[in-house]
Amino acid sequence: MSHCVVGGGASGGRIWNEKKGRARVKDTADSYVTADGRTIGGVVMEMKNITLRFGGVVAIQDISFDIREGEIRAIIGPNGAGKSSMLNVISGFYTPSEGEVWYKGTRRPQMKPYEVARQGIARTFQNIALFEGMSVLDNVMCGRLTHMKPSILSQMLWKGKAEHEEVANREMAERVIDFLEIQHIRKTPVARLPYGLKKRVELARALAAEPTILLLDEPMAGMNVEEKEDMSRFILDVNDEFGTTIALIEHDMGVVMDLSDRVVVMDYGKKIGDGPPDEVRNNQDVIDAYLGVAHD
Amino acid sequence: MSQTQAGVGGLLSVPALLHRNASEFGQAPAYREKEFGIWQTWNWSQTEEEIEALALGFLKLGVKEGDFIAIIGRNRPYLYWSMVAAQMVGAVPVPLYQDSVAEEMAYVMDHCGARFAVVGDQEQVDKIIEIQDQLTQFEHMIYLDPRGLRKYDHTHLHAYRSVQEEGRENRATFEADLRAREGKLDYDSRCVMLYTSGTTGKPKGVVLSNRNVIESARASVEFDSLVRSDDVLAYLPMAWVGDFIFSVGQSYWTGFCVNCPENAETMMQDLREIGPTYFFAPPRVFENLLTTVMIRMEDASKFKKRLFDRCMAHARKVGPAILDGKPVSGMDRFKYWLGDLLIYGPLKNTMGFSRVRIGYTAGEAIGPEIFDFYRSLGINLKQLYGQTEATVFITAQPDGEVRSDTVGVPCPGVELKMDEKGEVYYRSPGVFVEYYKNAESTAGTKDAEGWVATGDAGFIEEDTGHLRIIDRAKDVGKMADGSLFAPKYVENKLKFFPNILEAVVFGNGREECTAFINIDLSAVGNWAERNNIGYGSYQELARHPQVMDTIQGHVEEVNRSVAEDPMLAGCQVHRFVVLHKELDADDGELTRTRKVRRRVIEEKFADIIAALYDGSEKVSTETEVTYEDGRKGAIRATLEIRDAAVVPVKTRSMAAE
Repeated sequence: MSHCVVGGGASGGRIWNEKKGRARVKDTADSYVTADGRTIGGVVMEMKNITLRFGGVVAIQDISFDIREGEIRAIIGPNGAGKSSMLNVISGFYTPSEGEVWYKGTRRPQMKPYEVARQGIARTFQNIALFEGMSVLDNVMCGRLTHMKPSILSQMLWKGKAEHEEVANREMAERVIDFLEIQHIRKTPVARLPYGLKKRVELARALAAEPTILLLDEPMAGMNVEEKEDMSRFILDVNDEFGTTIALIEHDMGVVMDLSDRVVVMDYGKKIGDGPPDEVRNNQDVIDAYLGVAHD
Repeated sequence: MSQTQAGVGGLLSVPALLHRNASEFGQAPAYREKEFGIWQTWNWSQTEEEIEALALGFLKLGVKEGDFIAIIGRNRPYLYWSMVAAQMVGAVPVPLYQDSVAEEMAYVMDHCGARFAVVGDQEQVDKIIEIQDQLTQFEHMIYLDPRGLRKYDHTHLHAYRSVQEEGRENRATFEADLRAREGKLDYDSRCVMLYTSGTTGKPKGVVLSNRNVIESARASVEFDSLVRSDDVLAYLPMAWVGDFIFSVGQSYWTGFCVNCPENAETMMQDLREIGPTYFFAPPRVFENLLTTVMIRMEDASKFKKRLFDRCMAHARKVGPAILDGKPVSGMDRFKYWLGDLLIYGPLKNTMGFSRVRIGYTAGEAIGPEIFDFYRSLGINLKQLYGQTEATVFITAQPDGEVRSDTVGVPCPGVELKMDEKGEVYYRSPGVFVEYYKNAESTAGTKDAEGWVATGDAGFIEEDTGHLRIIDRAKDVGKMADGSLFAPKYVENKLKFFPNILEAVVFGNGREECTAFINIDLSAVGNWAERNNIGYGSYQELARHPQVMDTIQGHVEEVNRSVAEDPMLAGCQVHRFVVLHKELDADDGELTRTRKVRRRVIEEKFADIIAALYDGSEKVSTETEVTYEDGRKGAIRATLEIRDAAVVPVKTRSMAAE
């Protein structure tokens, strides 16, 4: 993927020099700059010793990691490793049995998912959860709900603030639609769309909320190569253009290694690796977990 | 022929027309584009301001007079403005096909030595970066859509908006230079350079002068009485001469509004919303639209289907006559009125043709059935014959004299003649200046008196004065027995069937004709769906026995129709094969305007052609294909060759006259 170009001007016949990579090139006290020119800021979310139990089953066991501002953070692991549970903890759908979630420097109390959404965390789902009977535009507009302030009465009468807000919200929705190139299906009911497009619409809805952190649960599951390429490009562009911090779960290792800045690896509810893709790739525990290993 | 030496009212260039429009009717809409779900409008005054700002920005960047500026992207007002801004500073815009692969782009940009490019988005930026080593003179690139480009090296890359801002800020510095350069533009200055797609060899850069463009626009506007309140939808490639004439030449001459769709996929919806009054489309668009309508009618309820069939039958009977103003009985008129209320009106509205006053089709022959379908609905669809070298117009059909088998009478100011072999020559004010850096080809195409060879064989009908085109002159050949071989004639008849997307007929110098067929995936796919026939790919569907049977039926029907014309009866298709892949411009089999490249196909599929003539029933083959991202792959297939019934012809050898 050649998505990034930086470097000097016209030299030796070439006008543009191409440089790739997401390695750190410049460190400062609280942030660092990557080779492709992005600035990764300080910690925006921190999971501290999270444990999650369902009755006797321990889904997540004492896991700690952080997410820094502006980065693409991947959570990988084999089936049943507890990745989706982790995402559900972040999104407030599950409350951890033990441990703390720190968000923007404060400890997050137990919250309802909609309260978490208001805090600026949006997500997509592994199994698409759109309103099938509604149009793409209406689905995307739903993403704006947390930004709608007027009273019910004002909305019903369509007067004053409600009207202005609707225009502003629609504008944002349209920007997202334009960004994700789904203009041609704007008025199409979601039920009539193919899978790959539904995934994109779900991303659009999450993006319409203008989140601080975007959680993507297997954004590329069930897609063909071309759709995966498109989706990767959209994820990178979202990160680029909106500066959105992204945490994603993905099975496709190639995609994860290409996209993410740092990777958390989980296996049987435990964290077995954490670091930049190259480091994780060479981690023996990770190789064992993915390729299987003989237990003697 | 009247060549106006001084121009019309001192309007010697497109920028001059822009200033006239802005001062005479500055508030009238000039451009519309759908963006963020809303149609955004710019009037002529705003357009003038936008273009001037960009032109000043060009000067700041160092654009020199005579420079070539490549314009690459989908139809957007900003790119049209870039063309006019380029003209304003004395540079020459060179619009390129946005779907060209990087190698094709490298050839063209290097040939003209473009120093600057204005491009639509990251895709085009990446292509130019990819080929930068091959471009010796290239300096700066300007892009419209910033998406994905944030991190690119911006020393030689500029956002369109920022170039305009720079221009506005430095108006005081550069304005005098801009006016001086504009003042130098005259009727013989280069207006635009367009690369012809070229069915053979490398593309050639056709240089058109202001005279060519403005005279052609003026004559054609008068021919069809276009007015300022007209609306066109700009959706055909900007690199194509037709779009330049409709969206720039005619638009600036009359001052009508150019509407740009949101993107290629929303084109049909946007067409419906705008409802253009003047519409141009190649036959393919009309065919696709008709196919969509027919497919949807197949799925409609019985009652609706019957109503549709009844009304359409009546429309076919009297519709064209009513459109041409011929006498039609009161009862028939009433029934047509009723049909219009129930079917034709809503149908036209669905297709976006409710307001079409003048519709043109050109580029390829259009099937009589398709042509009549639209005309019977009351859509004034006409045919046009032209080419880049003529600044489009050679012949066109006047209102009331429209037929599917002719291309009309010579346009105002155009003279026609045929040589002894039947090749059509023309001379007009629109005749191009030269092929850029290719004096040899220029001399080979245009003689000292200004006559240009079209490369098409045709004749003028004696009673009507209409021109009829048979085929490309170089494709017309002789069969082994001496009878006339006109492949396009047969291919067009085949392509008139909705199931057949593309056909290539062989037979020059042979005993009998054979054909390659491409099925139309949308039409055949829909049929398969309705008949519960599963398929995984184009390849699988193409070799389904029932599909083969259907295609065989079509081929035999064409043979019967071809046999009726004694001159061409020798061209009946004896054997055919349904190809395992769609012919594609990326593989070089078609031009970017989707014309068949015979030589390439003959070479590439030599094994299949050999099998068509050696009597074998099957042929195994492997073909290289190019994927969308430029990677190459190969597909293997075993193809079934079928024999088609032909009508015996006795008078074959004497028919070649």
